[in-house]
Amino acid sequence: MRKLLLPSLIIVAALLLVIRIFYLQVINDTFKLKSENNAIKIKYDYPERGYIYDRYGKLLVANQASYDIMVIPRELKNIDTLEFCQLLKITKEDFIKKIAKAKVYSPRLPSVFLPQLNKSEFAAFQEKIRKFEGFYFQKRSLRDYEVDFGANIFGFITQVNDKLIAKNPYYNSGDLIGKQGVEESYESVLRGIKGVKYFQKDKYNREIGSYKDGKYDTIAVQGEDINLTLDAELQKYGEQLMINKRGGIVAIEPRTGEILALVTAPSYDPSILVGRQRSTNYTLLYRDSIAKPLYDRGLLAEYPPGSPFKILTGLIGLQEGVVDEQTTFMCHHGFSYARGRFMKCHGFGPHNLHNGIYNSCNTYFANVYMRTINKYAKPAYAVDVWSKHVKSFGLGDFMGYDLPTGKRGNIPDSKTYKKIYPNGGWRSTTIVSNSIGQGEVLMTPIQLANMMATVANEGYYYTPHIIKKIKGTNIDPKFTEKHQTTIDKKFFKPMISGLFDVYNLGTARGLGVPGIDICGKTGTAENFAKINGKRVKLEDHSIFVAFAPKDNPKIAIAILVENGGYGNAIAGPIASLMIEKYLRKKITRTDLEKKILERSLRDRYAKLGGMKDANAIETSPKKDTVKSKVIETAPPVANLTIEN
Amino acid sequence: MKNQSIKKNLDWTCVIIYSVLVIMGWLNIYSSSLSSTEGTYEKQLIFILLTIPLIFIILAIDGKFYEKYASIIFGVALLSLVGLFLFGKTIAGQRCWYAIGSFTIQPSEFAKAATSLALAKYLSDSQINLKDVNRQIQALAIVFLPVMLILPQPDPGSALIYSVFIIVLYREGLPAWYVWTGFTTILLFVLTLVLEPQYVILIALLVIVLIHIKSRIADRNIVLSSILFVVISVFVLSVNYVFENVFKQHHRDRFNILLGKTVDLKGIGYNTNQSEIAIGSGGWIGKGFLEGTQTKGGFVPEQHTDYIFTTVGEEWGFAGSLAVIALFVGLFLRVIYLAERQKTIFSRVYGYCVAGILFTHFFVNIAMVIGIFPTIGVPLPFFSYGGSGLWGFTILLFIFLKMDANKVNEW
Repeated sequence: MRKLLLPSLIIVAALLLVIRIFYLQVINDTFKLKSENNAIKIKYDYPERGYIYDRYGKLLVANQASYDIMVIPRELKNIDTLEFCQLLKITKEDFIKKIAKAKVYSPRLPSVFLPQLNKSEFAAFQEKIRKFEGFYFQKRSLRDYEVDFGANIFGFITQVNDKLIAKNPYYNSGDLIGKQGVEESYESVLRGIKGVKYFQKDKYNREIGSYKDGKYDTIAVQGEDINLTLDAELQKYGEQLMINKRGGIVAIEPRTGEILALVTAPSYDPSILVGRQRSTNYTLLYRDSIAKPLYDRGLLAEYPPGSPFKILTGLIGLQEGVVDEQTTFMCHHGFSYARGRFMKCHGFGPHNLHNGIYNSCNTYFANVYMRTINKYAKPAYAVDVWSKHVKSFGLGDFMGYDLPTGKRGNIPDSKTYKKIYPNGGWRSTTIVSNSIGQGEVLMTPIQLANMMATVANEGYYYTPHIIKKIKGTNIDPKFTEKHQTTIDKKFFKPMISGLFDVYNLGTARGLGVPGIDICGKTGTAENFAKINGKRVKLEDHSIFVAFAPKDNPKIAIAILVENGGYGNAIAGPIASLMIEKYLRKKITRTDLEKKILERSLRDRYAKLGGMKDANAIETSPKKDTVKSKVIETAPPVANLTIEN
Repeated sequence: MKNQSIKKNLDWTCVIIYSVLVIMGWLNIYSSSLSSTEGTYEKQLIFILLTIPLIFIILAIDGKFYEKYASIIFGVALLSLVGLFLFGKTIAGQRCWYAIGSFTIQPSEFAKAATSLALAKYLSDSQINLKDVNRQIQALAIVFLPVMLILPQPDPGSALIYSVFIIVLYREGLPAWYVWTGFTTILLFVLTLVLEPQYVILIALLVIVLIHIKSRIADRNIVLSSILFVVISVFVLSVNYVFENVFKQHHRDRFNILLGKTVDLKGIGYNTNQSEIAIGSGGWIGKGFLEGTQTKGGFVPEQHTDYIFTTVGEEWGFAGSLAVIALFVGLFLRVIYLAERQKTIFSRVYGYCVAGILFTHFFVNIAMVIGIFPTIGVPLPFFSYGGSGLWGFTILLFIFLKMDANKVNEW
């Protein structure tokens, strides 16, 4: 018996050890992860972002080197603090505070001492950095904007948020990502693919070599340069014209669907969202809920389009055969379309399609619309036929362009009215406001511009897009796919001739540009706001759509100026100037240009909103602070009707 | 002629297991010290190569030599331990090395073999009966003499090893209650730290009453049972006092970490946590030789010495750990088997001591590394870095193998 004690002890003890080891190595699997956290450091190699050029190859957005001054507190030795502080233009107190902060983080690991110095700030320091043991620098690449416009088109670069990190495994905390504009929609093209290197760490968190000889490492793939369809000069001019106004301009090349200009006002200098002031400035822009500089009005401002919609009413009437070019309706400053219902009009006398358009006669188009709806026994069917025609212009839904924001707009159909009138009983007279772009119809400026491009093309359009060329790859084939409308080509001719005479005989008299045949249409959107609980009518929004030249159109354009008054007051002149700028590259109508450049609606915005700070727009110097600062008003747009 | 008989009679099973363990040990030391610049694995290679002449010398010396001079060897060992108080070199707070040039020697590593020889010599004297209390005291004195010299160095790890002599003495006739008392003491100590003292006392009472009832009526002794209960109660109550007042803070910490009462992964719990991570991340087959990330990063402190088993666990996984444990167990059982077939009491007792000492090192070391024993400085035989340790264990084992090879001649 006594012989057995030691052998049995040995066997029991060995079993105990084996069980415990089995638990550690095989059953409990948390140690693998702990070990990786412990011992493996992942380093990313971020490729430079692709450059952005305009349609003619002019460089708009490049990159600049920026330098973070890093410090490892433990390695600091004999620093000449005075010289150091002078070189970096910081105070000694600052220096002491920053070092203390770095020490708290870790005496052994690098901390950012001073982030994002630009080249000139860094140059003097760089020569002497060797004197300051414990300091070194880290180069980063930031956006460098060659122009001070186009912020809404470019978007900006920001740190990726946690939600996206959870969703997209590519991104890690601290990574940069494009937000808004083409930086967002072409993020994966511009950014390239970051390289990954795995390092073996030691217990002090120092790298001691590559992990598994780089077996899992990958090489960074450079970001691609892109060309936009943008005409930089036109864009710049558009933004200048919109100074001291709020609104949007969208210009499209009808032949291709290429966006030539996409202006929103107020805007800001894109370079204020780069570098050390980024977050302060972004907060200012973001918080400005009234002027909304981050809100792209060209893409998002959804309004009843008003008179420009009459173009579609007319075309559909012709297509459905309920009227022809010669059909006339009498107008007595309006007309009674139902018992007790009267639609006002500024016109008088007989109107056919031609003068109906250039005079923008409500009576004419209301009658055309009623005939269209009354063509079929059931108004539900008729309105669906009508709706289908309208939607064939790319309206009532997202257009599919390559910018990350948008609004559907609204084109009603029978379902809409089933919802509004669940018991039925609605007829053509109930919905007659649609004929003149009111009622349930909503459109954004880019949809208006696309509508004009379609008219210019006499019946087809290409999905508007901002990308012209991606180095190395083709652009999305959907942008070269022709969309045919349901309207026959022959019906566009009379419409275009009416639009042409808007300048000669109609609502845009005096806005023409000698030598350029422009076709256009004014629009005016009433709008109201709730101020101190009361519904107050605000100054009308000024709307204008146009294309030119009449034969072989090269540009289609839509302009919205908030509270700009009549369509021909501000929006009309801007259209003329933009068209001339694009076609001639210079301005002959300097009278018009001067008038618009000097025109400020600031007082009007201030008055309308009852705001406190009226002189904030456009007063700050470039690059230092936000260009258009906060203006406090009540939200201006509450309810809209159109009258023209 | 003599050499040939050694070659024939030497137990090659032990020699092969020994060689495999030494080589595996060196490979792991190589891996764990590769990232440091100390030249650890080169030194260990020299130590290993030096064991070859050492083994030849041991095998060449006459088999009777060890028995004849056991007392003198023991005396020299004790003197060398005493000498530490005068000439010893202090490393990391422990005064247990002699420094000769750049090399250091740790006499306690050799004292184990000397004590084993002395104990074997004492028990091999005729007419020794361990039922005799005087004999018990004398035998235990041989064990306690070196312990008394080692404890104040302080080197509790080495001292702990000597407890295994109780089991050797038990094999030779020491009454069983010594062993039971030993186990019960350890059990009560641990239970008291885990549970509250009153619960431990309650459990002890229940067990004693149960034993009392179950035993035959003739064996029942109410006085003895009561005394036992009182002694246990006093011991349990004193455990907390000893723990709080006699133990040093770092001892308390080590127990608290082990029992999960304290969690401090960056401070006092760092060693155990890191060694568990290293071993735990090994999985079934490990990360491969020289591929251990924890080993490369140097996260486990003292990895090439007391924590060398973490490298085995990380780079060779469960398979490697199992193999190492199997080799050790094979060696222990083989040595015990050989000891039991010895013709003389002297070599049998010595063989038992060899198995016991190696086993205690093995168990305490690995148990500590995998977090089921408090942190204590005990090397893993043949594996851990260090010349004294390797030579001490080699001498210990090969003296026995020489005796075993010689047993034929003794007739």
